[in-house]
Amino acid sequence: MLEYRVEIALWAISGIIPFFMLNIWTNNNLNESINISDVMLSRYFLCAFFVRQFSVVWVVFSFEEDSLMGKVSPYLIQPLNPFFRYFAQHLAEQLTRFPFALIIAFFFFIFNPESIWIPNFGILLLSIVSTFLSFLIQFLIQSIVACLCFWTEKASSIERLLFIPTLFLSGLLAPVVSFPDYVKSWIYLTPFPYLIDFPANLLSGNEANISGGLSMQILWIFLLFPLFKKIWSEGTKKYTAMGS
Amino acid sequence: MVQNIIDVRNLSKSFNISSKEPGLKGTIKHFFRRQTKSLKIIKDISFEIKEGEIVGFLGANGAGKTTILKMLCGLIYPSSGSILVSGYLPFRRKENFLKNITLIMGQKQQLIWDLPPIESFYLNASIYDLDKFEAKKRIKKLSEMLEIDEELFIPVRKLSLGQRMKSELLAALIHEPNILFLDEPTLGLDINAQRNLRKFLQKYNKETNATICLTSHYMKDITSLCKRVICIQEGAISYDGNLDLLLKKLSPVKEILIVCRSEDDAIKLENSGFTVKNKIKNEITIKIENSSITSSLKTILNNFDIEDLFINEPPIDEIIGKVLIKKDYDI
Repeated sequence: MLEYRVEIALWAISGIIPFFMLNIWTNNNLNESINISDVMLSRYFLCAFFVRQFSVVWVVFSFEEDSLMGKVSPYLIQPLNPFFRYFAQHLAEQLTRFPFALIIAFFFFIFNPESIWIPNFGILLLSIVSTFLSFLIQFLIQSIVACLCFWTEKASSIERLLFIPTLFLSGLLAPVVSFPDYVKSWIYLTPFPYLIDFPANLLSGNEANISGGLSMQILWIFLLFPLFKKIWSEGTKKYTAMGS
Repeated sequence: MVQNIIDVRNLSKSFNISSKEPGLKGTIKHFFRRQTKSLKIIKDISFEIKEGEIVGFLGANGAGKTTILKMLCGLIYPSSGSILVSGYLPFRRKENFLKNITLIMGQKQQLIWDLPPIESFYLNASIYDLDKFEAKKRIKKLSEMLEIDEELFIPVRKLSLGQRMKSELLAALIHEPNILFLDEPTLGLDINAQRNLRKFLQKYNKETNATICLTSHYMKDITSLCKRVICIQEGAISYDGNLDLLLKKLSPVKEILIVCRSEDDAIKLENSGFTVKNKIKNEITIKIENSSITSSLKTILNNFDIEDLFINEPPIDEIIGKVLIKKDYDI
């Protein structure tokens, strides 16, 4: 069991990119150009860390492996879409990570006591909803990519391509507000800023269009879900049950 | 009248297979100009299976047995033809159809590796809409039939192959399906575990009247479970019928080893018109057709001084092997 505990702890620690980015931003006084104080910026990156912890998705890798090894076959003849299994796995893992994320936050506040704040209950609740919606969007995007396994066998390569815009446009490396206006207007039409930037801004108390952001998240879910269903139904016709 | 539960008409399946030459040159060529060809794995087959029947699918590796099972349970799409299983088109995977069937593939597991099997059983029970009380009842019943107990609470990764296979069976049968598709269920099991599994399947079939479609390379699985076999050769059916009839057809003679009291008796027997395979001193082996075995033995016992005799059945593996290897074997 020790191995599993260490693995979960390491996984939680592996999501600390936002803290590196915070360091780069504050050391170079980059926040001055976008009118965000040091305190608000550090809260933003802490929230980005939390949102990332509870919205990270790896279904494409699990599905690809299971599909290539023939493990999907028994799931396919059960009266439950196999993606529900992966969905449940993700939720269970998020719960397991929660205490480790709290420990990291505790140490963050020890080194940055000025960043301590308590969000009001309403905002906290909306942030949790928004983080869950962000998880749903990412899960749907990756599930659609995962279904390409039925055609390409190496769908994870396509996911790696998608990781580039996710990294740059989601707000993980920099708040979207720091992008030039004409770029921002385009970014907000994509699902990426609603993955990290919007929920992190909401939770940290930075400026956020709450109704607009939540509506866009729901809109993306409504767009992606039928697409997933269609590609799933077409893909299963192509399934050859290799490896079994 | 027993109804057909599986009805297959003119079923075919083709796969696109790509081939690659070895080495760097082959890899580069493959990258830019991938060569694929369509292979017809199943060729226009038709058969029916009645409710409660246990049918063995026999064939060499790559003959198409597993592909047929995969199409019957709806895992893969047929290229042409029609399949009706329990009144459903399998590849549509309707909930009621899926609740009626199960597929067990030797060595492929659905149990959660790091958790005890009991966790997977309860998960499957929820998937099949069984309440906790019913699930508990079925787990108890099946674990008694399969003779597993403590193993239910040990992580799957710590179980032996036999224990794991039993647990796989329990997980696959918790919803009490009435059609079982078993692809090499005894693969890798020791002789005792194989025997127990066969006993269990016989019992399950008897108690629930479930239909069982089975593929296996172990002839003992086929002979002890199946009255009917379907032989597949290169994707086509070469025989569909009673197993005993097939064996009689393929092996119309029996070998009888006769130990005579003296060598003189053995010489007399050798010259009495029987087909002699070999003779060593007072022991002589003759071949007699199955149809005349009783009368021939009567003649021998009445006319010669016999000390002992042994009837040798030719090994079933050998007989079936002939069917599987020789493409144009006349059956």
